[in-house]
Amino acid sequence: MTISSLIATPSELTDSVSTKTAIVLMTRIRLARNLAGHAFPGWAKPAQRVESFALCRAAVAATPQMKRSVDVAIADISELERQILVERHLISRELSGAKAGAGVIISKDQAFSVMMNEEDHLRIQVLRAGFNLKRAWSSINDLDSALEDNLDFAFSPTLGYLTACPTNLGTGMRASAMMHLPALVISNQMEKIVRAVNQLGMVVRGLFGEGSDASGSIFQISNQTTLGESEAEIIKRLGSVLQSIVEHELNARGKLLEADASKLFDKVGRAFGILQNSHLLSSSEAMNLLSLIRLGVDLGSFPEARRAMIDRLFIEAQPGHLQHAQKGEFDPGQRDVIRATRLRSEFADFVRPDFDLKNKTKS
Amino acid sequence: MANPLKCDLCPKPATVHLTQIVNSKVHKVDLCEACAQAKGVTDPSGFSLSDLLLKASLNPESPAGGLRCERCGFTQSDFKKHGRFGCPICYDTFRGVVEPMLETMHNGTAHTGKIPHRAIERKSFYDRVARLELDLAEAIKSERYEDAARTRDEINQVKQAFNQHVAL
Repeated sequence: MTISSLIATPSELTDSVSTKTAIVLMTRIRLARNLAGHAFPGWAKPAQRVESFALCRAAVAATPQMKRSVDVAIADISELERQILVERHLISRELSGAKAGAGVIISKDQAFSVMMNEEDHLRIQVLRAGFNLKRAWSSINDLDSALEDNLDFAFSPTLGYLTACPTNLGTGMRASAMMHLPALVISNQMEKIVRAVNQLGMVVRGLFGEGSDASGSIFQISNQTTLGESEAEIIKRLGSVLQSIVEHELNARGKLLEADASKLFDKVGRAFGILQNSHLLSSSEAMNLLSLIRLGVDLGSFPEARRAMIDRLFIEAQPGHLQHAQKGEFDPGQRDVIRATRLRSEFADFVRPDFDLKNKTKS
Repeated sequence: MANPLKCDLCPKPATVHLTQIVNSKVHKVDLCEACAQAKGVTDPSGFSLSDLLLKASLNPESPAGGLRCERCGFTQSDFKKHGRFGCPICYDTFRGVVEPMLETMHNGTAHTGKIPHRAIERKSFYDRVARLELDLAEAIKSERYEDAARTRDEINQVKQAFNQHVAL
């Protein structure tokens, strides 16, 4: 399989139609693992990196989960292909800029990806559509155990899995959820939420992780600490924080509708008009407009089945995907034209919004 | 008047005082205006106290500055620079540096999660076979053939038991 085939193939993230994905778009868990007796990737000499990469690559490729996978070294793929993988959340920005002796293996359904020689020898990741922490844990646990059959992981009985950075010690696990929180953003409550979430030992980030902005009202919430609690405890704690954020978002939506429904409908209606008619759209404006349409779906103004299309466009309106679809490289100005053209055509025959919600409003 | 508080990250006077309660533990940071801006403290969405604490705990003039990992050559000043270690053995070498950091960084100081049982068993098996093989070579060398035969049988037994166990 190749990178372009990934884009054409249905994936966990871009093709799920489920009401479960309404506020929590996706759940993700990653495990950091290292090989005993090998220098961590950031400190290893080039020859050592090549050696640990080869060891990891053979072991990962041999697991049943990675049958017919995409298996690439970062050095062997183009800048644009790397960007596409970042936009699909399959590799990190850090890996996309890695030196020789680094790579990724991605399962056929794009649910699993294993980065090799990023900050740690292995960063095992699973993505699941919707709010699905337990299922995500059980599948990543299986993959991790399968790898353990062939690799000797660096482990200490007291410190747990040994990682390059001490902030990942212990379980080496970061569990996160990508959440769509437009009503909390519109009603200026996000700052308060971020503060409260921080106090509960969780971190809030933008769509593309550390340092990225929260365009499209999409946030990633994850555990901050990895040592001192079991995976199940961390997941349980994160799960209850996520649940309470979902409730806050639903309350905020209810309040916005109650206080001034026209104001909210106006936003959704205008977003629809712009997506159907504009000729220049920056990535961040497009995200914000799509976010409002998605909110419209949740409110019942658009059919439920359209949510999956919005989620796909969240990814396909990103610069890498746009350029790939147009088979070329374009400067940001040209991309804004291409993006608007693409979205106009996607929305040309989109159902008109129905704001007569009466009994349709979903919880 | 008491001396004004110094910034945790540079010598300037601290004007931003942040107290965060994470898992009912109090973390305090004092920063000057510039460092607070640079670390994104004023921007609640991009701010990670644990990163900050990690960097801050690396700064004090620690007398143990001369440590060096025998396995990979990593030094304590490398850790100050990168905030990452060189290899798994570094955690033994720099135990004294790591342990005090864990309390503020994590929700506990001891691992209670998943244990790679199979990998650990495999390692103890390899270690045991390696020790027995040394014994065997020693016995042959010093012409203690009865010991050698016994050790050889033991090696076979250990290997057989392990293979059966793995096959299960």
